[in-house]
Amino acid sequence: MTQPVKFYQTGTFTVGNRLLAPDQRSVQASIARNNSLNSGHRACQGCGEALGARYAVDAAMRATANQLVAANATGCLEVFSTPYPETSWQLPWIHSLFGNAAAVGTGIAAALKVKARKAGQAQSPVRVIAQGGDGGTTDIGFGCLSGMFERNDDVLYICYDNEAYMNTGVQRSSATPGGARTATTMAVGGEPGAEFGQGKNVPRIAMAHEIPYVATATVADLRDLEAKVETAMGLRGARYLHILVPCPLGWGSASHDTIKLARLARETGLFPVFEAVRGEVTQVTKIRHRVPVEEYLRPQKRFAHLFGSPGQPAMLARIQAEADRNIQRYGLLAEESVA
Amino acid sequence: MTMSKPYAITLDPGSSLANKTGTWRNERPVYVDRLPPCNATCPAGEDIQGWLFHAEGGHYEAAWRHLVRDNPFPAVMGRVCYHSCEGACNRAQLDEAVGINSVERFLGDEALKRGWRFDAPPVESEKHVLVVGAGPSGMSAAYHLRRRGHRVTVMEAGPMAGGMMRFGIPKYRLPREVLEAEVQRIVDLGVTLQLNTKVADLAQTMADGGFDAAFLAVGAHIAKRAYIPAKDSSRILDAVAVLRSMDGEDKPLLGRRVVVYGGGNTAIDVARTARRLGATEAIIVYRRTRERMPAHDFEVEEALQEGVMVKWLSTIKQAGNEANPGALTIEKMVLDDKGNPQPTGEFETLEADSLVLALGQDVDLSLLDQVSGLERRDGVVQVDPATMMTGHPGIFAGGDMVPAERNVTVAVGHGKKAARHIDAWLRGVQSAPAPKHAPASFDRLNPWYYSDAPKTLRPLLNLARRTSSFDEVQGGLTEDNALFEARRCLSCGNCFECDNCYGVCPDNAVIKLGPGKRFEFNLDYCKGCGLCAAECPCGAIEMVPEAV
Repeated sequence: MTQPVKFYQTGTFTVGNRLLAPDQRSVQASIARNNSLNSGHRACQGCGEALGARYAVDAAMRATANQLVAANATGCLEVFSTPYPETSWQLPWIHSLFGNAAAVGTGIAAALKVKARKAGQAQSPVRVIAQGGDGGTTDIGFGCLSGMFERNDDVLYICYDNEAYMNTGVQRSSATPGGARTATTMAVGGEPGAEFGQGKNVPRIAMAHEIPYVATATVADLRDLEAKVETAMGLRGARYLHILVPCPLGWGSASHDTIKLARLARETGLFPVFEAVRGEVTQVTKIRHRVPVEEYLRPQKRFAHLFGSPGQPAMLARIQAEADRNIQRYGLLAEESVA
Repeated sequence: MTMSKPYAITLDPGSSLANKTGTWRNERPVYVDRLPPCNATCPAGEDIQGWLFHAEGGHYEAAWRHLVRDNPFPAVMGRVCYHSCEGACNRAQLDEAVGINSVERFLGDEALKRGWRFDAPPVESEKHVLVVGAGPSGMSAAYHLRRRGHRVTVMEAGPMAGGMMRFGIPKYRLPREVLEAEVQRIVDLGVTLQLNTKVADLAQTMADGGFDAAFLAVGAHIAKRAYIPAKDSSRILDAVAVLRSMDGEDKPLLGRRVVVYGGGNTAIDVARTARRLGATEAIIVYRRTRERMPAHDFEVEEALQEGVMVKWLSTIKQAGNEANPGALTIEKMVLDDKGNPQPTGEFETLEADSLVLALGQDVDLSLLDQVSGLERRDGVVQVDPATMMTGHPGIFAGGDMVPAERNVTVAVGHGKKAARHIDAWLRGVQSAPAPKHAPASFDRLNPWYYSDAPKTLRPLLNLARRTSSFDEVQGGLTEDNALFEARRCLSCGNCFECDNCYGVCPDNAVIKLGPGKRFEFNLDYCKGCGLCAAECPCGAIEMVPEAV
């Protein structure tokens, strides 16, 4: 036997595992998890953002022993969780504007710092996260976010990326992938859908600020996501976590396919999952079973115009080339499967 | 109160729990249990996935107790069962089937090592059941009847218990101390075993002993003969007698060149036994091809490794001639369109010191001559396949003497099924089998969640010792790799509490009830998205439409 016995039937891929020691289990497997985003929220069926937010904030709550404050940008997450006078949030939570979540987070962190000094403490035990969707992060809140990074403010910023403005009716954002249909990039003309070669790669921009920690994750890999939140909360200074959260409404996918699509985004190489410390990539999650991008795109109606006859084989090839570039750039294939 | 509110605020803050999003739903998730393919195919009706679940956690005694609810012979099974379960295992579509048989053997051996005993029956009944034959079927029935509280007397014609497990399966596949320990454990449960007691007249024996019911499992011990013209001096034996005499004082004298005629597992067993007794040549003569051989391929393979040779597409026309009593006349055959062998008229001669016929066995049904209402057909007793009862009320039968595939596991299954119906018959009720769950097919699994892990192979004894001794050929797993092997089980169709549904629900609408209690849906908030069903690794959640 070359393999040690520590093989738990399902590896570490399921949410929980009855055979693991309790301290090795995921936050989400615990009966005592915080459910930071409570039931009764108005997110659509199968919402990836609601799922990602509970995963991330519950993990941050455990990492800080529930000493946590959240600032939230405008967007789906804010709207579906807090229709006046109800709230789904089970932690101190503040919403100000669409574009200023990072700045609000900075302010809370500054206030906590002052309070700690006055109390004679070196640092505040209370920690801060700021969060928003891709619109509030990559477009509208981008200036505040960059400022928070360059000042190295003690905030973990979490971007829940569903690749468009879903709350207002699926308009293109700078995180919308090329070829995707949105309300503002209709599937008409010679090159239907969003233009290629535009948009921003905010994880790489965050890395360019050389902040202590940048990571990407998806809702399909809970253990990885929780580990990254825990790592981030173990550090001080500006940190950035970018989570891919499929949106059944905006992507035109089945509500039960949310996790499958997040998994395929990673397995195609279209969404590289990695960690970076002070601007250098330190860890990448390898692809387990590589699949062509078509398998990821087909179940999404926002890419329906790529298929059928005549379809858009050139655009499909371009998306595949993007995936291949990511695989090359981040080294996403395991050693043995390269050959 | 309104005075204390800030400017423009008129309502108290409330929780979103007030918003019952369950009203959005048009499909609801339902937990289901499905029948895993291993369990569905097991001739002994074992709950394989059930006992693997305990074994995965290292709870070997719990696993063994779960296993022996259905089969009292795990250490024997772990050696001689042809494990059709592994042929059906869904894991084979991922990498390789789970080594169910090797884990079963580990549990069986562990039980013998640790001296685990069967629980005594909770209540004693007034009924007395006669079991005829102490083979796998008879002992299985005795065990299950005893566990239900009945008095059981087993009458065995031979000098030792075990039937074909002793007289048909060579030691190198089933060491006798293993067999004896598992038989003894059944006897210790309070079963009366009478050896050297041949039941010649069943009706008389039942009347004399005051038995309320009987289970017959006398096996098939009479060797079939084929007409082969032979010289008086030719040495022709039958396979059953050869294998039986291996358990006695005098080992059979087969000589240096042994020819075995037949293509079943018994032919293989005799040829391998001959090699171990010192035969330099052990040759099987079979009239069809390897693909059509009824023997199991892994046994053929092991025999070939040990130097057994096979003459395919050959029949024996004559044993001995004027000049040489040891010369066998062989005729070459060809397969016709239907796959049946046809003679070619081409002959050759094969030298042999002895010829062993392994052409199948018949049943000695003479004990039933005085019993009315029985139907015999094709040399076996007909039974109702649902109950194992013969045409004579209160007399049941199983094992090799009824129409079925002849192997140990099938026989054990007959014993178990018959015991359930004998019990019902004694109490004057009908035993309706529990409705079977729908099958847990591979396409219902979400195999992403199972990590890759190839099968652990059992060690094989080295070839030199295999051909020179009767030491057991196949070794067992260590605790470490038995545990690893058990953990390869996918738990097809039955919740194994992986927490996926609990984790992936965006609405926290799954309630975790704690270890062993599984989960519940909170339909107040479940929006019916179906993520739990899609991400359940083992296919234990189904989406059903809501009534509109």
